[in-house]
Amino acid sequence: MIRRDARAFWLFVGPFLLGLAVFAYLPIGWSAYLSFFDARNTVTPTEFVGLDNYGHMLTDGPFLASLGTFSVFAAFIVPLTFVLSLALALAVNQLRFARAFFRSVFFLPFACSYVVASLIWKTSLFSGVRYGLANTVLGFFGADPVAWTGTVDPPLYWIVLVTARLWLQLGFYMILFIAALQRIPEQLYEAAWLDGAKPGWQVFRHITLPQLRATAVAVLLLNLINAYQAFDEFYNIMGDARGYPPFARPPLVYLYYTSLGSGGQDLGRGSAGAVILALIIALVTLLQGRVLRFGRPA
Amino acid sequence: MAAALFLVPFYLLLRNGLASRAEITAPGWTFFPSTLRWENLSELFSLTDVPFARSLLNSLVVAVLQTLGVLLLSSLAGYGLARIRYRHSRIVFYAVLATLMIPTSVTFVPSFVVVSTLGWLSDLRGLVVPGLFSAFSVFLFRQYFLDFPKELEDAGRVDGLSRWGVFWRIVFPNSKGFFAAIAVITAIGSWNAFLWPLVIAQSPDSWTVQVALSGLLTAQNPQLNLLFLAAAVSILPIVLLFAFLQRYLVRGVTESGLRG
Repeated sequence: MIRRDARAFWLFVGPFLLGLAVFAYLPIGWSAYLSFFDARNTVTPTEFVGLDNYGHMLTDGPFLASLGTFSVFAAFIVPLTFVLSLALALAVNQLRFARAFFRSVFFLPFACSYVVASLIWKTSLFSGVRYGLANTVLGFFGADPVAWTGTVDPPLYWIVLVTARLWLQLGFYMILFIAALQRIPEQLYEAAWLDGAKPGWQVFRHITLPQLRATAVAVLLLNLINAYQAFDEFYNIMGDARGYPPFARPPLVYLYYTSLGSGGQDLGRGSAGAVILALIIALVTLLQGRVLRFGRPA
Repeated sequence: MAAALFLVPFYLLLRNGLASRAEITAPGWTFFPSTLRWENLSELFSLTDVPFARSLLNSLVVAVLQTLGVLLLSSLAGYGLARIRYRHSRIVFYAVLATLMIPTSVTFVPSFVVVSTLGWLSDLRGLVVPGLFSAFSVFLFRQYFLDFPKELEDAGRVDGLSRWGVFWRIVFPNSKGFFAAIAVITAIGSWNAFLWPLVIAQSPDSWTVQVALSGLLTAQNPQLNLLFLAAAVSILPIVLLFAFLQRYLVRGVTESGLRG
């Protein structure tokens, strides 16, 4: 019986695991190996260079700058997404009619790709010329057109990048919050009412918010991971036929240009960068585990 | 108010997609183009430097194959992990979970190395196969099957079905809603994927629609009206999928967010 269970287990799980081994474990192992070699314009290592690639990445301005870019992006996008998606969820959930309609409207951008959003944001909403929508609106007030993605000082490109992502993902997180709101037992609100809690902020603070804790943590984590993986909209909004500006490169964009971009196809250094990023993620995950799980029992 | 703001980008897609090139860049803002240029559509499909029709077909093939493959592989693996007692199953489960911790995009450089070693660059296999092994959907299926009513399965066993038989004759027919949810999520993810196709599809014939759009967008002097129309066409299949299967999608998102 036991042996038959083992056979059945591998029959069900085996095909998936085999694929995972070839397309997840093997690449990661290979990458770690490659990161100690000189591998320029080739996927086969040529010369063992020890920790040189790591040293280069960690002292190299652009890679560290890319981590800085990610930090700025996360500092904007994570709290904004959190507050706005929660606000939308509370608003939509309170509607008495047309609730499904509004839910759909906010969720619809989720169907769009980052490439499509980048196109709209870059060439129509925040186009640097007079006919762009943002500049047209500014024009109504007599202001001059603004080069949204072209200037570092002030760094207005953040408005473009952050609003594009907000539009795409708010609906998704709103749905998560709505689902959590609907699971809060009605008795809790009745009890609060009997205890004399004032509807509004007090009820929200003492009943709703604590009940949303699990979802709130999930939203924050998913959001942070997604911000860390930002690539599509940065690549498409900031890059064009003339290339990618030296600023506003998050880690993935920097790694893409280092390992696969035209010119320096340096897979050794690219791999070293990937390993460093993986280590950072592992560290953050461990810290989160400590802070969220052991700090306050749910 | 906020809802109207959310719809503005969709309006821009259609306004610009059906305008003439000159009208988009005209200084005065017009809410609708003076004439709707449906001929933009035929111009879009006859572009020579960007094989747009071909890219739509590529995306369709990739999305369909990936969705079917993910459903099959992940449901089987998820079921095995949830239901079959085997002494190493816990280790296997953690091994799968571990790959969830590492964001897929951190692994794009090494995955590129593996795929190019296999000779799958600019090849359908390179676009489809690495995406078949989604630890996330295995995890979701496992959680779902843990809650599946055991009595139903036991009835099947009593009737003499094997595990394989129980899965296909009893578990699958009773789980179609959840399969649909995972299918919609996978299909949307696959259709909208950009980084991996950008890395793998190096020849224009193998471009997916997202890579083609990006190519149009980052080109010198993009033809804006055709570009917007291309984007509108590209979201059409997803919007339709969305309209018909939204309740599954919402359910899938809810469950994935709760437990993910």
